[in-house]
Amino acid sequence: MKLRVVVNLKPGVLDPQGRAVQKALTGLGFAGVGDVRIGKVVELDVADDTDDAAIDEMCRKLLANTVIENYRVERV
Amino acid sequence: MKTAVIVFPGSNCDRDMAVALESVIGAKPAMVWHGDSELPADVDLIAIPGGFSYGDYLRCGAIAARSPIVRAVVEAAERGVPVLGVCNGFQVLVETGLLPGALMRNERLDFVCRDAPLKVENAQTAFTSRYEAGETIMVPVAHHDGNYVADEATLDRLEGEGRVAFRYAADINGSARRIAGVLNGAGNVLGMMPHPERRIEAAHGGTDGRRLFEGLLETVGA
Repeated sequence: MKLRVVVNLKPGVLDPQGRAVQKALTGLGFAGVGDVRIGKVVELDVADDTDDAAIDEMCRKLLANTVIENYRVERV
Repeated sequence: MKTAVIVFPGSNCDRDMAVALESVIGAKPAMVWHGDSELPADVDLIAIPGGFSYGDYLRCGAIAARSPIVRAVVEAAERGVPVLGVCNGFQVLVETGLLPGALMRNERLDFVCRDAPLKVENAQTAFTSRYEAGETIMVPVAHHDGNYVADEATLDRLEGEGRVAFRYAADINGSARRIAGVLNGAGNVLGMMPHPERRIEAAHGGTDGRRLFEGLLETVGA
């Protein structure tokens, strides 16, 4: 089973990289680019019988730092 | 006094830390590899050095914080053994949850490598007893991800409980409330971005870092 875990910064956590990209896009002449937030995508291939609780635990224990990040799991 | 320095693949300040410990304490620390699962018996002080453990993969300190030896470090910390985490060591300690908050990319995205004046906020800890509260000391920083963040309630609690050990005299990386070093609730775990082990003798440009180790020798080694 293939999973895609999307990790994003929580709302309100300043994202300096996102802000730099926003400025660069504006500098390239793209008007109207507002907030830019950079996250990451982790693709996992797991055994088909992996249960949701285990997947959630993987996210909480390692893939995301829940102090600053949210995550969501997509089944591919 | 028995000390240990934890070494990960990608650590690069482990030897500086070992030299600093030996210079002040008078005995070589045990260098403990990340894959080990046990610390030396009766260790009195554990140091987690700077560097780029596991290549900073996923998040700085994230993989190191889940390594076998760090599980033993967490258990020792919970028993009250003093733990000092410097730079990447600080990142590892927040990733374990021993210290609150997180360390993010510097606000201006730059790698900051220079001397940083620090204000000593709490001089009544095992790590800071050789400093005066309110004193400004000079210790170098060298990091890309030292921007300390925590929610307002956590920051208020840290301030109220005297758990901000050091504060940057001026902003260098965007850290909330210019926090440079924080303690755990029991006061036996200190994480700091600046490198005290790089200011051990006059030839380093000063000895303000040496006093942290001298304080530990006095309070922990007694």
